[in-house]
Amino acid sequence: MSRMSFVEATRQALAAEMRRDGRIVVLGEDLGRGGVFQQYRGLQAEFGPARVVDTPISESAIMGVAVGAAMCGARPVVEMRYLDFTLCAVDELVNQAAKLRYMLGGQARVPMVVRQPIGLWANCAAQHSQSLEAWWVHVPGLVVLCPGDPADAGPMLAAAIRADDPVVLLEYKELFPAEGEVGDPTLPAEIGRARLVRPGHDLTLVAWGGSVREAAGAAELLAARGISAEVIDLRSLWPWDSAMVLASVARTGHLLVAQEATEVAGFGAEIAALVAEETGARVARIGAPRTPIPFSPALEAAYRVDAARIAARAAAFLARHR
Amino acid sequence: MATQIGRERLLAHFRTMARIRAFEETAERLYNEKRIPGFVHLSSGQEAIPAGVCANLAAEDRLTSTHRGHGHTIARGGDIQAMMLELFGRQGGSCGGKGGSMHIADMRIGMLGANGVVAAGLPIAVGAAHAAKLAGEPRVVACFFGDGAVNRGPFLESLNWAAVHRLPVLFVCEDNRWSATTPTRLTTAGPGIAARAEALGVPACAVDGNDVAAVDHLAGELVASVRAGSGPRLLLAATYRWSGHTSADAGAYRDPAEVARAKTDDPLRRAAQVLGGLGVAAAELAAIENDVAAELARAVEMAERAPFPDPAALYTDVQDIGAPTARVPA
Repeated sequence: MSRMSFVEATRQALAAEMRRDGRIVVLGEDLGRGGVFQQYRGLQAEFGPARVVDTPISESAIMGVAVGAAMCGARPVVEMRYLDFTLCAVDELVNQAAKLRYMLGGQARVPMVVRQPIGLWANCAAQHSQSLEAWWVHVPGLVVLCPGDPADAGPMLAAAIRADDPVVLLEYKELFPAEGEVGDPTLPAEIGRARLVRPGHDLTLVAWGGSVREAAGAAELLAARGISAEVIDLRSLWPWDSAMVLASVARTGHLLVAQEATEVAGFGAEIAALVAEETGARVARIGAPRTPIPFSPALEAAYRVDAARIAARAAAFLARHR
Repeated sequence: MATQIGRERLLAHFRTMARIRAFEETAERLYNEKRIPGFVHLSSGQEAIPAGVCANLAAEDRLTSTHRGHGHTIARGGDIQAMMLELFGRQGGSCGGKGGSMHIADMRIGMLGANGVVAAGLPIAVGAAHAAKLAGEPRVVACFFGDGAVNRGPFLESLNWAAVHRLPVLFVCEDNRWSATTPTRLTTAGPGIAARAEALGVPACAVDGNDVAAVDHLAGELVASVRAGSGPRLLLAATYRWSGHTSADAGAYRDPAEVARAKTDDPLRRAAQVLGGLGVAAAELAAIENDVAAELARAVEMAERAPFPDPAALYTDVQDIGAPTARVPA
């Protein structure tokens, strides 16, 4: 174990994978200068501009070229800069990457990773801050990963690269500089396993990505009020570890899903629905209001699903059903 | 002046075009008789372009196609029986019945797929070429698309990318003058498709797309140039779509005189005429057409008797990780 930032762990994992597998090519804007969050710092110097490609600002082509290359033997890693810009390449991701294997009756595979920096960051407002994970989880063919801890950053990226499916890797921008105790960041994670962040017995709190910190903070606040919350970091959104969540809720009897994304039709609704169907337990969600993401720090603070809001929601939820 | 072409080569083109024509006419009839599900997009009248281009591709080369993709697959040497099974949605179809007419692909012959989205094949073709370049493989990619595609963003993004990286792509624009049911000229500004390509750093050549010898000749030069490392080239082939946009579209919005005039410029009849001049007897061409008709009849008969896919196939070929699970019976 060593102290390492989330972004450094991803750099080490990507470099290790590129040394291991010459078929890996990285496509994205400004990668030679390290990328917006310095995820690629030093990689072009090591691997050259043919494998760490500075692309035009052409999201459709970045994604579509990756699809064609992946069908023909390459292992592309696509950088979308911000999740929001993926929306310029939704046809290539949803209609092509996700479905080609199926539409072609299994003749081709599309092994590619689409890195999408996600979430609130530096007051970037409505077009650089969204959490649209529910869009991708809804699409058959895609794997969706969302590490919530520096220890997971490298292993999730390595696992995504080694997968033979198209993988959307959602990386919370606010987590990039976060430091933590990290094992071997190049060791691929097992996809589909959640992580128990904190045990508890009154309530199960499920979160992912940037919301894991907030959920853990909420558990602290709740503990001060005598409420014991179990916190689970989902890590992988599709497939997701329903077994761990169901087992936890079987013990606590209550589920609250916390997400940074818009609450309405968010991925939290899917988790809550499945848990309710399977266990009959009390379920609740908390997410952002259905507004665009505002610029002003005062409005952003009103928007954000933080530890205090999660704790308040949890306390009210438990009070109602006790 | 007519393009010089050898008798055997032109006969091969005639056979390819006859197979495409027969496939399209058969598909149209099957649709009208409600024997196949879904819709088909037919390429009757456009056969000379895939025939002339694909004759210049080597075994290791690849191609991408459009929603109007039967001709490209056939010209590339696709299996007509498997294609027909796919149209019927049966087991043994090119895509196991999961794609249908609009998604026919055959990776064994480097055919990366028809595509239901206009211009979607362009970045895929560029990606295939980019992968070949990275791997040091000497492959050319032929990228077929229609005149409607030049008004979508991926046209610009793909040509630019291919030019920046000097990728081995031959872009083939089949200009059939119709964007679905709207004349392309009414929705397209500027000095034309070739000029757009040139502006993006992709040299373009125009050809009479109903003259298979001319298409063959020019495509041969362009493929050779692309293979030698020239960077991408665009072949702009003028043709006409005889049928409506889909098999459900009678094309009644078109001036019947325009359609009738276009049909007098039939690529098959033109090739037959040249072949006659080269000493090929009409009976020999009729024999080819009879062979092809018999091949299609056999394909239909077999496809119609073939089993549908097992319902369990619904759940396969989606993804390895997080694969769907079958519904539990209620």
